[in-house]
Amino acid sequence: MSIRSDTPAPATAPAEPTGTPPRSPSRPRRRPSVNWWLTALLAACSLTVLVPLYFTVVTALKKPAELAGAGFDLPQDPQWGNFSEAWRLTDYPQAALNSALITVGAVLLTLLTNSMVAYAIARNMDRRLFRGLYYFFVSALFIPFPIIMLPVIKQTSMLGLDNQAGLIFLYVVYGLAFNIFLYVGYIKSIPRALEEAARTDGAGTWTVFWRVIFPLLAPMNATVGILTFLWAWNDFLLPLVVLSSPSARTLPLVQYVFQNQFTSDYTTAFASYLMALAPALLVYLFAQRWVISGVLRGAVK
Amino acid sequence: MTTAAPPGRRTRKPVGRTFYWMVIPALVLFVLFHTLPVLQGFYYSLTDYPGYGSHEFIGFQNYANLFKDDRVLDAYLFTFQFAIVATILTNVIALAIAMGLNAKIRFRTTLRGIFFIPNVLAILIVGYIFNYLFSNSLPVVAEALGIEALSTNILVNPDLAWLGIVIVATWQAVAFNIIIYLAGLQTIPGDVVEAATIDGAGRWRQFVSITFPLIAPFFTINMVLSLKNFLQVFDHIIALTNGGPGTATTSVSVLIYSGGLEGGEYAYQTANAIVYFLVIVAVSVFQMRLLQRREMSA
Repeated sequence: MSIRSDTPAPATAPAEPTGTPPRSPSRPRRRPSVNWWLTALLAACSLTVLVPLYFTVVTALKKPAELAGAGFDLPQDPQWGNFSEAWRLTDYPQAALNSALITVGAVLLTLLTNSMVAYAIARNMDRRLFRGLYYFFVSALFIPFPIIMLPVIKQTSMLGLDNQAGLIFLYVVYGLAFNIFLYVGYIKSIPRALEEAARTDGAGTWTVFWRVIFPLLAPMNATVGILTFLWAWNDFLLPLVVLSSPSARTLPLVQYVFQNQFTSDYTTAFASYLMALAPALLVYLFAQRWVISGVLRGAVK
Repeated sequence: MTTAAPPGRRTRKPVGRTFYWMVIPALVLFVLFHTLPVLQGFYYSLTDYPGYGSHEFIGFQNYANLFKDDRVLDAYLFTFQFAIVATILTNVIALAIAMGLNAKIRFRTTLRGIFFIPNVLAILIVGYIFNYLFSNSLPVVAEALGIEALSTNILVNPDLAWLGIVIVATWQAVAFNIIIYLAGLQTIPGDVVEAATIDGAGRWRQFVSITFPLIAPFFTINMVLSLKNFLQVFDHIIALTNGGPGTATTSVSVLIYSGGLEGGEYAYQTANAIVYFLVIVAVSVFQMRLLQRREMSA
């Protein structure tokens, strides 16, 4: 976690760049005293998050013989070999590559296509057809996956989409419902004057979108990108039912498949869990503010 | 991305046509991979299709049978019990932590960062880690502390297994809800709270009559989203109990998955999925109405 931003913020400053209205500066401000008891209490609460993570790390580094007891003690002699064992057993490079490929593909394609569809809808909401389209896409938000699960399995295997490419494709199509909702709301707030200026210079709709609108969508692209990333990277059910070949398995799916073999060897299992969780954790560690504000923008829309 | 310069020909076309080309491919694919499966699902729910081979049209018989099926009834009872408890716990804990984070504390950004971690982790894997904690570590700790009820694995106890799922689900969902509540709390002008303090309002009174009403819309979002998500619980259960012991923690999603894919009840479980969809929509709409009315009157 970054330490840089830990300077005590004055109580009047918004700690989150979410457009909190500036507070009235009329009253003279005094520096409020830090509530240390509350800080300590919250730090104690944060252990509920940290302890399971700590547990995962130490268990991944133990010998099977050390597992007796509660298991919160440090490993006596860190077994780095557990990681290579898990790496080999679950074919980690393949699963990580699949997860990365699917996630990156889904994020990029989603950003490029969903924003475009939303633009066309947002700028034509006065026409019945486009307005209808908006409600058509957004209403899909309410349909739980189990309804379409069984037909989709048949469809994807029939069309040869029971692989990584098929998953990317499904994430992009299913993402439409929520992303259209997010993008349309955002595009409405972009003044049309900008586009009209470009149009008078002779630019067509296509150029206007890619040259003028798409760059302006950056904050919403960040939100959609982060939400799609978290969804595609962590998803379990869709890969479970869609993917048919073992070589196409994603990281969460691999943990599921190897669960039975793991029960005899928990240290390898935890090494495997840790390696599966690590990429998302690392991304989050380096882009923490960005991820939180992105998720937030998506939720309070 | 922005270099996709269009061929000149296209830009000359009337504005409207380009807009159509922007939506038509997406519409076709969406209809093909979402709308069509929904309709197919509905059609199959009116047949006796087991997932392979031939099938016959049997009208609404699957739907009628659903209401007589104890497995289905139990799954709904479990799912609602779990979802309601988890929703309340998640929101109470998240609101409390968000208020703490919004107060005058040190290390706010770091703490906020830590609390958000569960939101970026795969639930399935988190479930496996907790599965081990519940079955191996917790009993040892409980025994040392002399807590009889927890000295055996709670996940194999039909009466307690659901609590394990509540704990994991809450652990994960709190992360997201904290961020929403925090955003809500930061919309409250400091002056309002200050004025109340000067007027001599106590902490609790301040919370009830100022803070809570002002963040009511955020409370509504969180309650509706949490309940909707918890009603669809799946990954947690697969990782923790796989629906057991017996069928004690079989949620509706798990039942649809296992019955429909492995149990040869394709048509029957699709009917179940459609009823489930109607239930979720009804609950969400009801909840939204209720909470919004409360927002108004507060």
